[in-house]
Formats: sequence, C-alpha cells, structure tokens
Amino acid sequence: MGSNPLRQQVASMRQSLFDEEILAKQFMQMEQLEDVDNPNFAEEVMTLYLRDSTKLIATVEQALEKPPYDVNKLDKSLHQLKGSSASVGANKVWIETNQMRESLKAGDLERTKAQLQLIKLAHETLRGKVEPYFHLLRQVGPPEIAQRPK
Amino acid sequence: MESSFSSPRNDSFPAGLRVLVVDDDPTWLKILEKMLKKCSYEVTTCGLAREALNLLREKKDGYDIVVSDVNMPDMDGFKLLEHVGLEMDLPVIMMSVDGETSRVMKGVQHGACDYLLKPIRMKELRNIWQHVFRKKIHEIRDIESHESIEGIQLIRNGSDQYDEGYFFSAEDLTSSRKRKDVDNKYDDKDFSDCSSTKKARVVWSVDLHQKFVKAVHQIGFDKVGPKKILDLMNVPWLTRENVASHLQKYRLYLSRLQKENDIKSSFGGTKHSDYSSKDLQGILSVQNSINIQQNDVAHGSYRFSGNNLVAQNADPKSNEGDIKGIVSEPVAEPKKGTTSNIPDSQKTRSSQMDFNSSYTETKKGLVGNVPHSQKIRSSQMCVNHSFASVESEVNLTAFDSTIPATYSWNQIQLEKEHKPLIQLNNGFSKPPLPGPQHHFQADQLQSIPSISSRPSIPGGDVSGSSKSKPSYSEYTNHHGSRVSPTISPTISATDSFPGQTKSCVVDHQVSETISTSTSNMKNQGINLSIDLESAQRNLILGSTAPFASLDDEFQICWYQGDCYGMNLELQNIEFSEYTDPTHVTEVPAHLYDALRFEYPCDPSEYCVLDQGLFIA
Repeated sequence: MGSNPLRQQVASMRQSLFDEEILAKQFMQMEQLEDVDNPNFAEEVMTLYLRDSTKLIATVEQALEKPPYDVNKLDKSLHQLKGSSASVGANKVWIETNQMRESLKAGDLERTKAQLQLIKLAHETLRGKVEPYFHLLRQVGPPEIAQRPK
Repeated sequence: MESSFSSPRNDSFPAGLRVLVVDDDPTWLKILEKMLKKCSYEVTTCGLAREALNLLREKKDGYDIVVSDVNMPDMDGFKLLEHVGLEMDLPVIMMSVDGETSRVMKGVQHGACDYLLKPIRMKELRNIWQHVFRKKIHEIRDIESHESIEGIQLIRNGSDQYDEGYFFSAEDLTSSRKRKDVDNKYDDKDFSDCSSTKKARVVWSVDLHQKFVKAVHQIGFDKVGPKKILDLMNVPWLTRENVASHLQKYRLYLSRLQKENDIKSSFGGTKHSDYSSKDLQGILSVQNSINIQQNDVAHGSYRFSGNNLVAQNADPKSNEGDIKGIVSEPVAEPKKGTTSNIPDSQKTRSSQMDFNSSYTETKKGLVGNVPHSQKIRSSQMCVNHSFASVESEVNLTAFDSTIPATYSWNQIQLEKEHKPLIQLNNGFSKPPLPGPQHHFQADQLQSIPSISSRPSIPGGDVSGSSKSKPSYSEYTNHHGSRVSPTISPTISATDSFPGQTKSCVVDHQVSETISTSTSNMKNQGINLSIDLESAQRNLILGSTAPFASLDDEFQICWYQGDCYGMNLELQNIEFSEYTDPTHVTEVPAHLYDALRFEYPCDPSEYCVLDQGLFIA
C-alpha cells in the first residue's frame, strides 16, 4: 500500500463529491456496507444505478417528446428515478428530479421540459465524477481495507 | 407448536430473522439485501408483488416479516399489504420515497406495522425485529382473550344483524384485542369452550386449509361454526379457537372475493352471512351509481334516482331526477321509480354491475383491509377520511359538480370512481327528511359505510337533513340484511327526495322522496351508504330490498356533484338482498329515513359505519 499520494487523491476526490453535493450522506451508507465479501459494494450499486437511471431518463424524455403527454407515466418514472437516486445518494439528480415533478404537477410544461435538461446534466456530471473516482479507488483499495493492520 | 419464541432461531433473536423484501427497483433491492444481511437477517428478495405473494404462500411459515415498497408496477403496495395481513398475518413494513402524511396514514390504515422513508438507513432496519416480537406477544394475548371467538360470534350474528353486529364487534374486537378483554357482547354462542391456555400459533398449511374449506362447504356456509368445522375436520391437535380465528379470516377473504363475483350477478339475494353478496351488490350498485355519477357529475341533477343503487333493485322508480346522467353507466338507473331519468331498473342493475367491479375493487380494498378487527378500524378510518374529505367538500355545497371522489368508500376512497358521490351530501339541501336522523348507526355501517356519509342529498344540505346517512344504520337494523348504509345519508338530504331518499341515490330532486324514504329506509335497512353520488344512492336503495318502497320517494336525486356522500361503503349494500327492483324504490324512503342520518354526522359517523361496513 504505498500509493499514499494516490490515496490522498482518491480521498480528496471523494471529499469534493460530497462538498459539491453531488453525493449525499446516503452514499456513506453504501460504503459502510462494504466488507470482505463485497469490497466494492458502493461501486456496484452506483453502477447499477447509473444504468437504470439512464433508462429512466430516456423514458421520461420519450414521454415528453410530443403531445399528448402521458402524465401518469411521466410521474411514475420520475418517482422511480427519485427513489433510485435517493438510494445511492445521487444528490443533485435527486434534487432536479424533485423539481421536475413539481413543475409537472403544477402543469408547467415548459418548465418541466427545461428541468429534464437539468436532470440530464446532473446525471452526466455524476457519472463523469464518480467513474474516475471508482476507477482510482480500485487501484488503491478501500481505505479501511487498505489500512487494516495486517 | 409454540410460537417461534422457542424455535432454535430464537436463541439469538433477532438474528436469523427471515425477511422478505419486495421492491421493483433493483438498486434498492441490492442495498436492502446488503443492509439486512449485515443485521444478520435471512433475506429473500423479489421484484414483484405477485412473486412475493407466491413465495409467501408456498412457505406459509417461511418468513417472519415482509418489507415492501409502496409503489410497484404490478400491484399496489397497499394491496399486497392487505393480502399478507389477511392470508398470512405477518407484520409488514412499508417503504417509500414519498413521506407525505396521507400516504403514511394510508399505510397504517391498511395495516402496516411501520412506514419507512427512503433513503433507509441501517439503523432503521436493525430494529424491524420488534414488530415480529410484538406481534407474537399479541397473538398469544389474543388467543387468550378469545378474541377470535368473539369475532366469530359477530360474524355469526346473522346476516340480518350482521352488519350491525358485525361492525360493532369488529370495532370491539379491535379494542378488545388490545385490552385483552373478552367482549361478551357478542358471544352468546359457543364461547364457552374458550380456554385460556396459551396456544401456539397454528400454521394453516395448504392441507389443513383444504380440510377446513371442505368442512365449511359440507356444513354449508351459512350454518358454519367453528365447532362444527372442527368436528368435521377431525384434526386432533386443532382447537376450536384456532378454527374460529381462521374462520373469521376466511370469511373476510371470501366476502371480498364474493364482492367481486357477486357484483356481476344479480344483486339479489345472496345473503351471505358475510355480507359479501350483499355488500357486493350494494357496492356494485353504488359503484355503478358512482361511476355514473362520476361521469355525470356534470349533470347536476343527480337525480340519480336510485339508479345507482342499481345494486338493488334497480328500481328505477325511486330514481328520480336524472339519474340518467349518473346512471349513464350501465347502471341504467336502477331506480327509476320516481325519477324519470332512470331508464329502468335493468339498467341500474347493469350499472350496478359496473359498479360492482369498480366497487368490488374498492370494496375489496376495504374488505381486504379488514380482515381483522384492526383492519376494520382502518377501513373505517379510511372511510372516514374519504368521507370526511368529501364531506367537507361536498357538504352542503349543493353537490355541484364535483362529485368528490371522496367517495370514500371507506376504503377505497373510491378514488376510482366515486368521487362524485361524496358530493352528494352537499347537494342535499336537507331534504324534507322526516328527520330521521338516523345517524348512521354504526351497525348499519356495515354496509353502508359509504353511503351514509354522503348521502348525496341532492338537496344539498345533506349535512343537515340528509342525514340520509343515518338511515343506513337504521336500515340495516331493520332489515337485518345489511342494507348498505351508503345510501342513507344522501337520501335524506336530498331535497328532491320525495322523502324516500332512502339510501339510494338521493336524488336532489327527489329530496322529498328522500325524506320519506329515509324513514322507509330505515325499515329497509337500506344501509346503503348512499354516498355514491346519485348512483350510489340508488344502489343503496336497492340493497335492501325494502327499497322498493323507496323508489317513488326516493328519488334518489343524487346530487350530482355531491354524490360523494356515497361513500357508501356500499359494501354493505346489502343489496344483494334486494334483487327486487321494486324494493329499491321502497327502500329509498325507508332508507331515507334511516339515512337521515344527521348528515352532519359526516365522516365521523360515517366512519363508524364504514367501519362496520367494512367489515364486510
């Protein structure tokens, strides 16, 4: 375990994810669930999430393509997206999803569509940030395990 | 068999707790599984509600607790909750991202032990074992308090009194359950052999249940009793109490199913002790009416004249006003009697049918919920809510239009269709009801839960005069059959009730009838919970055959918008009894009287009723 600078880099990446509120505290729960059997649990879950949420966002986008808009389907998908985002602590995505739901409820179509773009942006940002983080993390190994006294 | 307290698993309780997790989101499933494993629980996951039910049914005693998400694609989480509670009696924890009070309330009402908000933290999951533990303790206590016996007693109190008694008992049960008191109110039957020995929880395996069902069929559903079943089953280690409590659950389950089925068939007659048929009918009609109402809400003239009641007697007679609008659904104006709108009883029937389906759904919800006394409570509450909501809206607002979906059929809040019903009450401008403020007596509640509250008194002030609700309760009493109180309230209120306003769709116009009907209703016991907005009213009337009398008077003018009163729990709509269209008309009057439920009794009263009805 000599990658101290690397480890430091990973640590600061992680910290910035929280600082920038891209990730919420819930993510720490994921990390805490890691153990010898599942050393990369957080990463696995996040990967799962990214995959599912991408599909969900696509569904939402499709529903908003042209009228008549299936509001029910939209709302359901958004609700699901909200749930998943909450599960992994994808903070920004969660916030934007909430906003979109609100504007949908209010019937503000323009705003709803605009919100969708914000969600997509947040989603991409998230992916862009966590993927390299995890990649690096794999290289250094999770802090606890790495630091466990032998 | 001792409860799991003594099983080896308990040595390290709560470790090894067998949890079934149900969630459609794979991300969540993974997370929850990991969390629960960390708590040393045994986890099984599944992504669909149906799958979960299958798993539970295959291994009846294979799980200790179920954790489920509220929103699922194939089945509503609350429904799953009902099923689990009814069939397996396991503690269920609900989860959701949405933490709105109303949702949480709904969860609790449906019987959830707890409601967790996502994202869920580990520590919250660590403590879920307490629900399992608590339930075990209660079970033992319940057995000792002969609770089941009482329940059975109640159920057996005769279809006539069923609603009333049942409802009461259901409530009592719940309370007695907690208090461990033996409520002797209802048990004059073979209560005596209730021993107070601690009994282990019996697992009703498929075989055992088959034997049970066979025995029940052999004896004849109406004459069934725990003792007889026990004898026929010939299972040495089984006690009467075991059978009694299982019978209670079974009845509830059946009534729920029946509602679905019966509704389709004529309302008439299936006087099931479980009120299922009745309720169904009533419900159906109510539903129909309600449905109609919904559509017709626009109509304004609720003249629902009994059509909605469809359930019963489809007597168009009583249906005054343009129930047509309301009845537009296949309900075909059951009651035409007074109201011209009602095309003819036939229609109403059909509409009833429609309702039934919708109703059954709602009812089912209700019924499902009430497998136990507790549930009844919840259902009542549900109803209350719906009703209450409706009430407020409708009340007195002269039902216009918004047939508040509050149609809170007690359970279902009739979200589906009822909305308009609730309005009923408003519309009823206090019809001349003879003042039978029959508050919906709780007894009546049995079936009428829905109606009572909202007797969409066309007149608009249902609240006051329409009391149609109350009539329900009265009705049921009269009838014995479970008149679905639903109609009552509306009926009385409706101005148009010709006095009959019996529970059925109290036509606004019919207010006069309504008033009379209410009185009649009483006799009729039409506990129709007229809530069904006009349509329902009709239904209600129909339910208790006596409706016939109501017809004319009944003009169930359903206040079109207000029908919401019909919260009728239609369930009880004893309608089943009334296959006779004429009855419907008559009933209205009676119902109306009965219904006259002081409308102001609104939801609270309703609730009571509903609860009762729900029990069905």
